[in-house]
Amino acid sequence: MKRVQFEHSAVPYLFVAPQILIISIFFLWPAAQAVYQSFLLEDAFGMSSQFVWFRNFEDVLSSSSWTRSAIFTVVFSVLVSVLSIAISLFLAVRADEVVRGAKSYKTLLMWGYAIAPPVAGLLGNMLFNPLMGDLYMAFNSFGFEFNHIENANDAAFVVILIAVWKQVSVNFIFFLSGLQGIPKSVQEAATLDCKSPERRFWTITFPLLAPTTFFLLVINLTYAFFETFGIIDVSTKGSPGGSTATLVYKVYVDGFLGADLGGSSAQSVLLMIMVSVLTVFQFRFIERKVHY
Amino acid sequence: MYQSKWRIFTNHAILILGALFMIMPVWIAFASSTHTREFVFQNGLQFWPGEHFFENYGAILFDASATKGRVTALEMLFNSMVLGLGFAIGKVIISMMAAYAIVYFRFKLAVPLFWVVFSTLLLPLEVRIVPSYEVVASLGLLNTYTGLILPLIASATGTFFFRQFYRSVPDELLEAARLDGAGPIRFFIDILVPLSVTMIAAIFIIMFVVGWNQYLWPLLMTTDDQLYTIVIGIKQVYNSLYEGGQIPQFPKAFALTIMATIPPVLVVVVFQRMFVKGLVETEK
Repeated sequence: MKRVQFEHSAVPYLFVAPQILIISIFFLWPAAQAVYQSFLLEDAFGMSSQFVWFRNFEDVLSSSSWTRSAIFTVVFSVLVSVLSIAISLFLAVRADEVVRGAKSYKTLLMWGYAIAPPVAGLLGNMLFNPLMGDLYMAFNSFGFEFNHIENANDAAFVVILIAVWKQVSVNFIFFLSGLQGIPKSVQEAATLDCKSPERRFWTITFPLLAPTTFFLLVINLTYAFFETFGIIDVSTKGSPGGSTATLVYKVYVDGFLGADLGGSSAQSVLLMIMVSVLTVFQFRFIERKVHY
Repeated sequence: MYQSKWRIFTNHAILILGALFMIMPVWIAFASSTHTREFVFQNGLQFWPGEHFFENYGAILFDASATKGRVTALEMLFNSMVLGLGFAIGKVIISMMAAYAIVYFRFKLAVPLFWVVFSTLLLPLEVRIVPSYEVVASLGLLNTYTGLILPLIASATGTFFFRQFYRSVPDELLEAARLDGAGPIRFFIDILVPLSVTMIAAIFIIMFVVGWNQYLWPLLMTTDDQLYTIVIGIKQVYNSLYEGGQIPQFPKAFALTIMATIPPVLVVVVFQRMFVKGLVETEK
């Protein structure tokens, strides 16, 4: 906090008022609603509802479709995060080394940040279109018997590929600026001590980038949890049979298309708990442990 | 620094491959969007642009039937612009003010209010979509720009960016301003805002792109075609691709995709330096 501060009775309230007003109406109220509804059971016509304590939660947690979606979400998030971090770190290290064309490479690799998830979803969908998709045909001509419409693993592969493609540029920006923040003297000393670029990377550069990597891991996990909604909705739509539906996509499908308010709210509340844990983890653990 | 020839060669090879990996999907979409639908349907996706660029893009921009709805792509672009600008402007102003109160004032509710703001970071819009929709509906804000933009502003990321920035502003400035007899509002408008110009620009750029690319919320909120943003338009065109037993309109779907992509990409590339600075410095 500041050493010197204003002491005024009304002015600060005036300044926070717009933010607090918007948060109260569009955040606190709906969040409270979600918690409240998660304890209610509505009849089939939405005419009456009764308070059922934790029954919605029991139903959700014991349903096989939710468990499957939860497992898919975790596997999907970990794979997307690890793959996109690895690819962009690899590219950033090379982009940091080049002298000629460094600026052009940087621009060519970072513009993808601006692509909307559904745009990425549509592009991927077209490339895997059985009628004309180049990638679909390429995979099949190599004899893979690739069929993402019916095979759950192939569908997961498509969604993961699109999600990684969309996320590489963000990670690249962070890694490159992290690399450029390493002092020249350290890099030169490292070059004198070990000639092999690979060893130099693992013993000097990577440990120095550890804070960036952990930070990006959290960012990427949140991305895979929430922002991939647009990708899934325009590529697989969770098919085949809900096998590529993340938890967020399932909340949408059950709540909006299926009109199961209680169940969808219970899922929302479970998600809220998961995200809260992730955020607290980010603030508590990562900020303290990873420092050089 | 010493680099072997082989290392230099592989560096370039890897970076070119990486750039191609990023660009190829968009390039194929662009090339395919400049052919007739019959041609694309028979010959598959295209690597080289054809001769129907003006025809396809003109139809999408000005003829509502080409986008399978009652709005043209031009109107969708306008809606996206309103969403992007409204989101960015609203977020910058509201979070600058809130952060100012939190950092520069000692007042009773400061701590509880800070935690209310902080709590919004825990729960993104995606996990509370159904009740958010109900709230907006009960306020009669469905299919309005207000209902589209305000709920998105409720997340307090911007407030944290500015809080971080204000804390790095030297205390001496405030002391000096107070000696000169400047009140809190004066100090904010005449000293703090001018100091924050680069920060404001950087956050504005990021927020514009984020706002432009919103998908889930506009999808639920806008049942009226007139409010479709171009990102939502993509989904509509995609859904109606296989309708009516005609040859699918792939080129026009691609044309719409390209048009949705160009404005945010231009913003990011043109303001690259500012954008990267904002992204890297604020997210720490």
